[in-house]
Amino acid sequence: MSIVTVQLGQCGNQIGHEVFNAICSDVHGTHGLCSKKENESYHDACKERFFCEEESEVPIARAVLVDMEPKVISQTLSMAARSGYWKYDDRSRFCQKQGSGNNWANGYSVHGPRHKEVIMNLVQKEAEKCDRLGGFFTIMSMAGGTGSGLGAFVTQCLRDAFPTSFILNHVIWPYGTGEVIVQNYNSVLTLSHLYQSSDALLVHENDVIHKICAQLMNIKQISFRDVNQVIAHQLGSVFQPTYTAEGGLHYSRNPLGDLMETLVPHPEFKMLGLRNIPQMPENSLAYSTFSWPGLIKHLRQMLIANAKMEEGIDWQVQPPSRLLPPLQPFPNRPLHFNTSIANLVILRGKDTHSVDLGSFRDPSLYTSWLNPRDAFNAWKTPRAFNKYEKSASLVSNSQFLLKPLDNVVGKAWNMFASKAYIHQYTKFGIEEEDFLDSFTALEQVISSYTILC
Amino acid sequence: MAQSVVVQVGQCGNQVGCRFWDLALREHAAVNKNGIYDEALSSFFRNVDTRGGGDGPGIYKGKICSLKARALLIDMEEGVVNEILQGPLRDVFDSKQLITDVSGSGNNWAVGHKLYGYQYREKIVEKLRKTAEHCDCLQCFFIIHSMGGGTGSGLGTFVLNVLEDEFPEVYRFVTSVYPSGEDDVITSPYNSVLAMKELNEHADCVLPIENESLFDIVNKIHQMISSGKLGSTVKQNSLVTSSAGSARTVQEKPFDAMNNIVANLLLNLTSSARFEGSLNMDLNEISMNLVPFPRLHYLVSSLTPLYTLADVNVPSRRLDQMFSDAFSRDHQLIQADPKHSLYLACALLVRGNVQVSDLRRNIERLKPSLHFVSWNQEGWKTGLCSVPPVGHSHSLLALANNTCVKPTFTELKDRFMKLYKKKAHLHHYLHIDGMEQSCFSEAISSLSDLIEEYNELDATKGGPRTDPSRLQIAV
Ligand SMILES: Nc1nc2c(ncn2[C@@H]2O[C@H](COP(=O)(O)OP(=O)(O)O)[C@@H](O)[C@H]2O)c(=O)[nH]1
Ligand SMILES: Nc1nc2c(ncn2[C@@H]2O[C@H](COP(=O)(O)OP(=O)(O)O)[C@@H](O)[C@H]2O)c(=O)[nH]1
Ligand SMILES: [Mg+2]
Ligand SMILES: [Mg+2]
Repeated sequence: MSIVTVQLGQCGNQIGHEVFNAICSDVHGTHGLCSKKENESYHDACKERFFCEEESEVPIARAVLVDMEPKVISQTLSMAARSGYWKYDDRSRFCQKQGSGNNWANGYSVHGPRHKEVIMNLVQKEAEKCDRLGGFFTIMSMAGGTGSGLGAFVTQCLRDAFPTSFILNHVIWPYGTGEVIVQNYNSVLTLSHLYQSSDALLVHENDVIHKICAQLMNIKQISFRDVNQVIAHQLGSVFQPTYTAEGGLHYSRNPLGDLMETLVPHPEFKMLGLRNIPQMPENSLAYSTFSWPGLIKHLRQMLIANAKMEEGIDWQVQPPSRLLPPLQPFPNRPLHFNTSIANLVILRGKDTHSVDLGSFRDPSLYTSWLNPRDAFNAWKTPRAFNKYEKSASLVSNSQFLLKPLDNVVGKAWNMFASKAYIHQYTKFGIEEEDFLDSFTALEQVISSYTILC
Repeated sequence: MAQSVVVQVGQCGNQVGCRFWDLALREHAAVNKNGIYDEALSSFFRNVDTRGGGDGPGIYKGKICSLKARALLIDMEEGVVNEILQGPLRDVFDSKQLITDVSGSGNNWAVGHKLYGYQYREKIVEKLRKTAEHCDCLQCFFIIHSMGGGTGSGLGTFVLNVLEDEFPEVYRFVTSVYPSGEDDVITSPYNSVLAMKELNEHADCVLPIENESLFDIVNKIHQMISSGKLGSTVKQNSLVTSSAGSARTVQEKPFDAMNNIVANLLLNLTSSARFEGSLNMDLNEISMNLVPFPRLHYLVSSLTPLYTLADVNVPSRRLDQMFSDAFSRDHQLIQADPKHSLYLACALLVRGNVQVSDLRRNIERLKPSLHFVSWNQEGWKTGLCSVPPVGHSHSLLALANNTCVKPTFTELKDRFMKLYKKKAHLHHYLHIDGMEQSCFSEAISSLSDLIEEYNELDATKGGPRTDPSRLQIAV
């Protein structure tokens, strides 16, 4: 099945480009350390998922590019064309002359309705090019105006136009400080709206990826490009073809559907975080070897201790014991223990069949209202990913994002109490009432994730 | 790409504007190597086919033929504009973009605003519409004027009103040159205060500039260069104040070095809207991020570095120095000290080879020494434009919405009151049609209100911070 990617705003387009690049260099640049036959079917599955060939010499990304200003898209298109390995369809883009000005209301209430028809036509055309449509993957930031506001609007339109398709929103969480002053307002509005129409939100925090670039990738002067390449690598490690437990001999047909089925058992919980291991500069890879038990042990501790990366994991954190009686309203769980709703582990490389994932099936990792057997899943492939002989990724629906969410809502609420910047939103028809609705919705989400046990 | 139109009014406005167009041409000439009319150029220039003589049709694609500034030049005397039309920039403007008179405004706001405003309204609207028709997406008007004289101050703020009526959707940025304490125009406090009321009510953003500050900066640069203190690392000329290498060189005039600073401010302010970068900052993001309440739209600016350094391979220490300098008192374009006042919001517009990690490092480093208002503790906005200014490897423009503008306003108010109490020169104003005593009292109370708003904010500085309690939901 195929996935149609919708890239929105500067961030969405810059990241989208790196994602297709990463996927392409994985299939073209490496042989995956597996049998020729294996590599071929991986290749084919990947092509079907992300590219269409048509009459063109190079594969064409199944993507729709949307922005309200022209600079980023024209740069993105020409960079892709210059790669020589793949390109975008020149016709599958929409841009305007001036951006949304970091104003969610402008993106959502003005640009959205005004350009709905053109944008949805492009999406429709792209969807028709797929023999079998698996769903939509949107990429956007939540701090700006286009990705966030127009992105929320377009997601709603996708939901209306394709009621049975899966929609996964990839959302970039802004740096804590320093890029857009109204970012917390925009984020609150985006998240609350996406929560209504999306199937799941897959989140990357810029602060976290920035740290990975500094500490694991040893990059001195970090650019957005560096950050985006790490994000693209992580996304590729999830969405490149794999075998699911049930799928048998075929590469999974429906990655988005499988993902939702595994990870989103209840519509109140749709915030997904992503961790991967190992992650290091390419030139160090040659000198490193990894064992599966070592990788799995680290990955599991990253999960339960909510570590953002391999370095600096708190090994003291352990799951609470089920045998002890609960003492407090939040029973016997130490506060820094990260409780899960559901987890998905993806293994790529040799000997994946023999890997013991029992430690992820431990019921004490999960909330008690779900059957632990349904709460964990693993996807595997013997085909190595992107020059890593072995690699493991974790997609987790857990308390990973509770603190960042609480922070964003808290800061936005502080600002809201002083009524600062509100006039910028009412100018485009978003009133105080709308803010209050969004705050209420997110306080609800925070509360739901907080009381998990 | 969206376009901007510059409206330069009065002597100061036109002289600063002239420097702006010269340096804008220089900047685009440095970036645009192939002579093709591109999107970046289109934001301030039209490309016109003049072969048929006169102002031919616009050309949107292909070779640069003749570039025309998207500008309207207004002055009520002819001297400055005539000089421009006879000077090296003459081809950039044509007669349809001018409005002049012969008798001047006599440093009287009322003459500019009431008399000429009434007389020239239709002509102004007509020319503005014409200029706007040449844009396919007009985003922003930049008014350049001085506050202390008569034409820029009076007619300039009249144009501001016209823009609001005629083009309510288009942003209005005003670059206002404030008079210094020892200004040679005796009535400058009246003119400035009367103009302030208009700026308070009708501008989206105001960039106040004080001549005293420009003067100090120019002096400091000259001292640095002639003393050779920085040894061989400083190039002979400061690219910020000199016109060296500009499109068309002529004899420099007294204000030129000072005006170049203002021109650079406008170039850097608009660079991210014109050129590509990894974190674009469109013009409409400026007021969105920096103006939390409609009237508090005065942005204090600072430019760094002020001189170019000879070696282009800049160690990060020097890059960090650029960030530190932007917050120091002697780099501000008004007499102000943002570090010891309260920030409502702050923007950093960076050009050149600077990455997001450089921004983060410097914000983290500087943050502890700055005070931000309680509801905007993280009030930073940043933009990264990959094209540096000509001759530099990188540059920074900081825009601060900061209570440090207040002294400029209170001093102005004091100077106004000194004259007003004695009713000095009032009759020059009151005999103009439409000018009443109430214009003065309303203007001064508008200014007092603004000062009071800053006072109230200042009073919160350093006080205890209590976050409002969070919204309760029924579980
Ligand atoms: N990771 C990453 N974040 C980005 C990139 N570009 C912008 N951002 C983030 O996106 C936010 C700004 O939104 P942006 O995408 O520029 O706004 P839009 O164009 O109006 O959608 C900020 O939080 C930035 O940190 C990028 O290329 N990569
Ligand atoms: N920075 C700067 N200030 C100027 C310039 N020309 C005049 N001024 C200042 O502007 C004020 C006088 O206003 P002016 O522009 O001459 O009056 P107008 O022609 O009636 O608008 C005084 O404060 C002058 O110091 C100039 O070219 N540059
Ligand atoms: Mg004069
Ligand atoms: Mg942007």
